Amino acid sequence: MSGLTFAAAVLAICPLLLIFGFLLYQGASALNWDFFVHLPKPVGEAGGGVANAIVGSLIVIGLAVALGLPVGILGGVYLAESRDRRLPWLLRFVADVMNGVPSIVFGIFAYTVVVLPMRRFSALAGGLALGLILIPIVLRTTEEMVRLVPNALREAGLGLGLPQWKVSLRIVIPAARAGIITGIVVAVARIAGETAPLLFTALGNRFWHQGLDQPIAALPLQIYAYAIAPYDDWHRQAWAGALVLITLVFLASLAARVATRDRAIARLR
Amino acid sequence: MKRWHVLAWMLVIAVAWLPLPAGAQMLINGAGATFPYPIYSKWFEAYIQVDPEVRFNYQSIGSGGGIRQISERTVDFGASDGPMTDDQLKKAPGELFHIPTVLGAVVATYNLPGNPQLSFTGDVLADIFLGKITKWNDARIKALNPSTSLPDQPIVVVHRSDGSGTTYIWVDYLCKISPEWEQNVGRGTSVKWPVGLGGKGNEGVAGQVKNAPGSLGYVELAYAITNKLPAAKVRNQAGKFIEPTIESTTAAAAGAASSMPADFRVSLTNAAGAEAYPIASFTWLLVYKDQTNEAKGQNLVKFLWWAIHDGQKHPAALLYAPLPAPVVKEIEAKIKQITFSGRPLLAAH
Amino acid sequence: MAGESTAGTGTADRLSLPPRAIGGSRAGRGDRVYTAVLLSSVSLVLLLAAGLVVALVRESWDAIRTFGFRFLVTSHWDPVAGEFGALPFVYGTLLSSLLALLIAVPLSLGAAIFLAELAPSWIRPPIAFLIEMLAAVPSVVYGLWGIFVLVPWLRDWVQPALGRTLGFLPLFQGPPYGIGMLAAGIILSIMIMPFITSVSREVLLAVPGSQREAARGLGATRWETTRIAVLRYGRSGLIGAFLLGLGRALGETMAVTMVIGNRPEIAASLFAPGYTMASVLANEFTEATSDLYVSALVEIGLLLLLVTVVVNGFAKLLVWSVGGPVRGTRE
Repeated sequence: MSGLTFAAAVLAICPLLLIFGFLLYQGASALNWDFFVHLPKPVGEAGGGVANAIVGSLIVIGLAVALGLPVGILGGVYLAESRDRRLPWLLRFVADVMNGVPSIVFGIFAYTVVVLPMRRFSALAGGLALGLILIPIVLRTTEEMVRLVPNALREAGLGLGLPQWKVSLRIVIPAARAGIITGIVVAVARIAGETAPLLFTALGNRFWHQGLDQPIAALPLQIYAYAIAPYDDWHRQAWAGALVLITLVFLASLAARVATRDRAIARLR
Repeated sequence: MKRWHVLAWMLVIAVAWLPLPAGAQMLINGAGATFPYPIYSKWFEAYIQVDPEVRFNYQSIGSGGGIRQISERTVDFGASDGPMTDDQLKKAPGELFHIPTVLGAVVATYNLPGNPQLSFTGDVLADIFLGKITKWNDARIKALNPSTSLPDQPIVVVHRSDGSGTTYIWVDYLCKISPEWEQNVGRGTSVKWPVGLGGKGNEGVAGQVKNAPGSLGYVELAYAITNKLPAAKVRNQAGKFIEPTIESTTAAAAGAASSMPADFRVSLTNAAGAEAYPIASFTWLLVYKDQTNEAKGQNLVKFLWWAIHDGQKHPAALLYAPLPAPVVKEIEAKIKQITFSGRPLLAAH
Repeated sequence: MAGESTAGTGTADRLSLPPRAIGGSRAGRGDRVYTAVLLSSVSLVLLLAAGLVVALVRESWDAIRTFGFRFLVTSHWDPVAGEFGALPFVYGTLLSSLLALLIAVPLSLGAAIFLAELAPSWIRPPIAFLIEMLAAVPSVVYGLWGIFVLVPWLRDWVQPALGRTLGFLPLFQGPPYGIGMLAAGIILSIMIMPFITSVSREVLLAVPGSQREAARGLGATRWETTRIAVLRYGRSGLIGAFLLGLGRALGETMAVTMVIGNRPEIAASLFAPGYTMASVLANEFTEATSDLYVSALVEIGLLLLLVTVVVNGFAKLLVWSVGGPVRGTRE
């Protein structure tokens, strides 16, 4: 039986190796300096790059973090420190539910509350949609990390006469800082690859964006557009873009794992 | 918050504003048809030389998308190759103009071993898309292509999954040829297809046909040629089997020029004329008669003027047909009617 | 709450229990401001969630009013005629997700058992790591791989072979497009495998050691211990893990859109193209040309939301029944 389960585990890993392998094989050839610094060329002409998509992704992620970080961290601290019963339960429930909502639904929401009233597609709308995905992840990870801070630290602060809010802000949160940052990194890795919510919020842009209230390019959007197009050159660029995206996401997840493992082990000692 | 937080925020804000100092161009957004996307993308790139202060960002999301987005004013101009219906025009918050830009041909493209040149008639195409002809070696297809060996394979029909003007042109033609099609399926940018796979955009359909042997789909001519896909000959009203080319597309518009309606919403499918290709159409840019932003309106109007004059030397390289000269005159008059606060925007041109 | 249990250790006098963490009896102005800030961000989250539901219901009201229950049970999706029946999308979503579960569950369960019970400890971290990395791959990358690697493989090898051997079943009839329900099911199964594996593994690890010890004490072999003591005890949690995977599969958009064929029809064959709720939103949302069309699409979004919330909620309950609330949401 062990053999069967081992085989299952190996089979479960195979797709990862296959996907990464193909990405390397197909995408590496299109990776060159041009790819990173140039704008896309018109249809049918070879060359060009995805510079605007990379910058666009960074901007939309930045907006999402601007929205989601304060809300998520404060909410997570609340969950970890509050003695109430009902409100934390409700918040936890809502956050878990939000975690399971398909990201395209957030895109619809952002379309109705940002794109329609503003009468244009914008980076802001994309940021809102991604921010909504980010909030529950940051919230729960922050809660978990703040809980891991030993009570001894809290008691020491209170014993010294510090008010509760100073204990939280100056002692507890800094102690959990590494874990919280890890949570943010994990959440960012997750939203970096999201395409669906950007389809009708950020829309996409063949040039540099001209402001946050304008359509903006994003790497996953560009990959999608290139993948379903018939041009071979675009296919190669799609593979290359996917390779860049997946490498960044992997590195971020890897860093997060290493950081948490060290911290968790150190704490629980 | 700590110092590095402040630094991080400054970095984000700096990055967000980065491209602006480099020229502070005006960005004009449009969305719509995939049919003319190759020529539009060429035009927008070329126009940067004409006026470096303006950028046109065009998203090819399908004519349905173009109609919807311009109706909701989430873009500055729309693009469609299926003309808007009276209902759609009524729903728009202002009067919309259809400005023809180029002519294109919708072709039947396919993926067969050896890439043979096939000929079809309208009713055979209709029956294939109705699901009544299912195999490549069907007697009716063989009758039209006696010297080609056709495989005993099912036909994989590919159509559009998104709202499409190319679809509109195609089904408009099928409606004129096949009463059964007109009755059961009808006309529109998005119809209930009896059979087939859906591809997103002209790109998606071309991609599908290219990847799957035995496929048959309909795309704009430029998409077939740039992807080295064949384009079938189709029999026109005069009974000749015509290959889709710039000449045959132009021939299709020849008759229309004299009887062009004032709003330019005309159908060119199944055109009369010995050399006319039967599945051709204008494609239009959709702009509001009354612009809400003066600067954008000015630039838009200047671009339109350029597109119907200097811009017309680009379409041929991409296998679109330029506008017939008499039509250009009528469009000029139309562009002059575009206003801002009651004043025509092109007066000072 | 986990925090409380550690607070009670040590001397049982007043000092080892911190006073009410929020708004305690000696709350000064700083504490009040702090509490207010925390509560306002909590309210913001709750408001956003409520706003989401309200916005969806409001936008879909037209369609709900016009079609009512018919929306869920008719298959006629005809934008030209203004007739919208969402059954093909519901069918497609359910079928592709169930197919994904069918493929993923045996593999994930096997891998989870391997990682939690049977593997030597040196091999656990790398394999667990690799499986979790699968979860980090973005959907659009899966789709890209699906179009250019999986679909041709299905079209040229797998589907013809299946058609030859099992073609008497309606499930495997029809031309081998490559693109279609089978491709979508396979891609989805790869995507949900890491989730099911990691949650199953946590469920299995949460089974108390006493259960295993009892089985060993009665003379069971390693596998028998696993089967009798661990799997049976953790059964409801495992089902919860499978349901979590299902919830994920139901909402998956990009990868499915790229390989399912975009055909709003119900077909018996796995070779046939189909459509899912998430895919129709991705394809048609920006271009729905009439208000009723948009409203119908938003209603599908609302349906999708409801279905995933119900499935995920139920799943969480089952998982918690074994070991307590699952820590965090590192996915």
